[in-house]
Amino acid sequence: MSRRIAVGQGSCGIAAGAHKVASALLPLLAGKDITLSTVGCIGMCWLEPIVDLYEDDRLLARLVKVQPQHTAAIAEAVITGDLSGVADLMITPEDNAFLTQQTRIALRNCGIIDPESIESAKQAGAYSAIGRILSAENGMTPEDVIECIKVSGLAGRGGAGFPTWFKWNAARQAAGDEKYLICNADEGDPGAFMDRAVIESDPHTLIEGMLIGAYAIGAQEAIVYVRAEYPLAIKRLEQAIFEAREAGYIGKNIMGSDFSCEFRIKAGAGAFVCGEETALIESLQGQRGMPRLKPPFPAQSGYWNKPSNINNVETFANVAWIITNGGEAFAAMGTEDSKGTKVFALTGKIRRGGLVEIPMGMTLRQVIFDIGGGIRDGGTFKAVQMGGPSGGCIPASLLDTVIDYKKLAATGAIMGSGGMVVMDDSTCMVSMAKFFLDFTAKESCGKCVHCRIGTKRLQEILTRIVEGEGQDGDIELMEELCNAVRDGALCGLGQTAPNPVLSTLRYFRAEFEAHIREKRCPSHTCTALLHYAIDPEKCRGCTACARNCPVYAISGAVREAHEIAPEACIHCGKCMTVCKFGAVTVQ
Amino acid sequence: MNCECSRQHSDLSLLEPVFAEYADVKGSLITILQHAQEIYGYLPSDVIYCIAERTGETPARVFGVATFYTQFRFQPVGKYLIMLCDGTACHVNGSARIAAAVQEYLHVENGGTTEDGLFSFSIVACLGCCSLSPVMMINDSTYGSLTPELVLEILKDIQAKEAAE
Ligand SMILES: Cc1cc2nc3c(=O)[nH]c(=O)nc-3n(C[C@H](O)[C@H](O)[C@H](O)COP(=O)(O)O)c2cc1C
Ligand code: FES
Repeated sequence: MSRRIAVGQGSCGIAAGAHKVASALLPLLAGKDITLSTVGCIGMCWLEPIVDLYEDDRLLARLVKVQPQHTAAIAEAVITGDLSGVADLMITPEDNAFLTQQTRIALRNCGIIDPESIESAKQAGAYSAIGRILSAENGMTPEDVIECIKVSGLAGRGGAGFPTWFKWNAARQAAGDEKYLICNADEGDPGAFMDRAVIESDPHTLIEGMLIGAYAIGAQEAIVYVRAEYPLAIKRLEQAIFEAREAGYIGKNIMGSDFSCEFRIKAGAGAFVCGEETALIESLQGQRGMPRLKPPFPAQSGYWNKPSNINNVETFANVAWIITNGGEAFAAMGTEDSKGTKVFALTGKIRRGGLVEIPMGMTLRQVIFDIGGGIRDGGTFKAVQMGGPSGGCIPASLLDTVIDYKKLAATGAIMGSGGMVVMDDSTCMVSMAKFFLDFTAKESCGKCVHCRIGTKRLQEILTRIVEGEGQDGDIELMEELCNAVRDGALCGLGQTAPNPVLSTLRYFRAEFEAHIREKRCPSHTCTALLHYAIDPEKCRGCTACARNCPVYAISGAVREAHEIAPEACIHCGKCMTVCKFGAVTVQ
Repeated sequence: MNCECSRQHSDLSLLEPVFAEYADVKGSLITILQHAQEIYGYLPSDVIYCIAERTGETPARVFGVATFYTQFRFQPVGKYLIMLCDGTACHVNGSARIAAAVQEYLHVENGGTTEDGLFSFSIVACLGCCSLSPVMMINDSTYGSLTPELVLEILKDIQAKEAAE
């Protein structure tokens, strides 16, 4: 019997202070027969830092929101086996339900194994699927692998949802001996962090999935394109590739077979459009990340114009499981046309924010309310944004929509890569639409006119609306522009850039109209449209507001009601925050 | 071999190991620029000319690639680079208030550096810690669940530490 303490150290755990907890624990365990190990992210980000106590492989207790001052009690508990001293830190059954309602395949080892140790990954089954494929007696041919993936119904998790087997097969069939397998870990959608978590917490699962892909299409080189903002992911992946090479899973004649494959990491340099597969290839070749016209598709002519296959991190993270458990087991989960599970990054105004992996076919309501615990701080649900800058907002009336590629697309949003940003009634939908157009206008690579100029014009119209300068006809003008950009743009960035505008117009048109016609922001967000006033009944004439007003717009004698001069007011809201009597109102 | 482009006075010999590893590997321009930025903190123009010469590219193409990507900087940055996230999750959770607090306290614009050269401030999209939003990074450390008060505390801590040195 041996006991072990595991400290969750993904980027978010570290930001919450997990390093400090681990270094405080270390001296307390000196000379004791207890191991202190690092694990990745279990996905319960709102409870970080998280410390797990194990006896052999059995989880004794999960302690949450741990701070360095708790470490003495934790060390004591694990040494003596008496957990009463840490009872206060134990996760509540309610919070634990966040995990028990999930079905984890891509995330199966996240937060459980040590991402910096290949031994730990192997104990959890890493490299057994590739071992089976390459075994001399009952191995699988590349065609067998592709067939198994076809049966599973696995579709790309990077956004478009294209069947994985089809892409693999096209690359396999393409002429030529030099082929490449590329993993898209650019994860540009703001608000999404599933891929980061997988790489930081379980890099060997990604490597194994890529090895299987490389074997299936006949590639001799595999490249992971990781965004530069993920330094920890890059570090752990480098370490994992090193260990896998030492162990004979990467390089020449892998596991004694005649399959050889090299691995390489390429760090991105900060450009959202490089998540688009052809732009990513340009960037890999050391060029500006400008998309290419398709066809030809990468399967025919990709990296250095050789047949190439690109998949997302989460897509690869499912592959080894499918080989081990069979395509049918994966296809048994989900809906008619969406199989298996999907990981979502649940964030925004949600009570329990983190990583959620669920079988396709669950409803949005189940994910947001049952698993995520609903809206935090007593707010009311207003919308959920899915698919980031290419997606849309889904309103409360459609919360019973099931998670499925087609059903979500019908709402005007998309499945996307898995960002799920929840908004409450304090979020202004017009300014959300503007937020996304600011983003796409900035990230447009400039190659095609529709995207470069179209997104800019949309951004300008939205800016004038939130600044109170909206005009009659703006909504119609935006709709016309949106259609033109969607139809005329070269790549997915431009083609989908209008989605955030179209979907908010579809469900929240009244909010646009209030901004344009009544110069009013119903959720009190757009500063230019806020009107502050002082209620003379409640004002005691304490002068706090007048003294704090940065532009001296408030006048009034001591102990008499004060007044705001509307033409001088800059709508900063300072008076409202300093008033102790609740006399300042906003409309 | 040394480059002739010495309009500025960066120590170009520091680039030699980088060239030794990558100059002949096709498609390595971005990697070389990343290493150069690590060495100099930004990309001085003499360094860019030197890279062009040694990789056989035109300076225009090297500038073209470097300016395409937000990671590359053409001005020196402060000792502490504050990257404040304004991704979707952080935006919804009030990153604008944090930005205002930083700007008011340090008197810097987005993309600017304080007069004492201590802090540079830049607003970015998504650091991948969305569940702790609003989030910022200062050099390699990530800070989550920010409030205007907390962010001032963090900045003051750094200033105090620097003053003590
Ligand atoms: C503007 C734009 C950004 C994209 N960003 C990403 C990304 O960050 N990660 C990703 O995996 N796919 C992204 N994609 C989708 C890729 O082009 C490609 O479809 C995907 O990587 C294929 O992998 P999959 O079949 O496994 O989904 C993006 C597409 C567009 C148009
Ligand atoms: S949106 Fe700010 S870290 Fe992702």
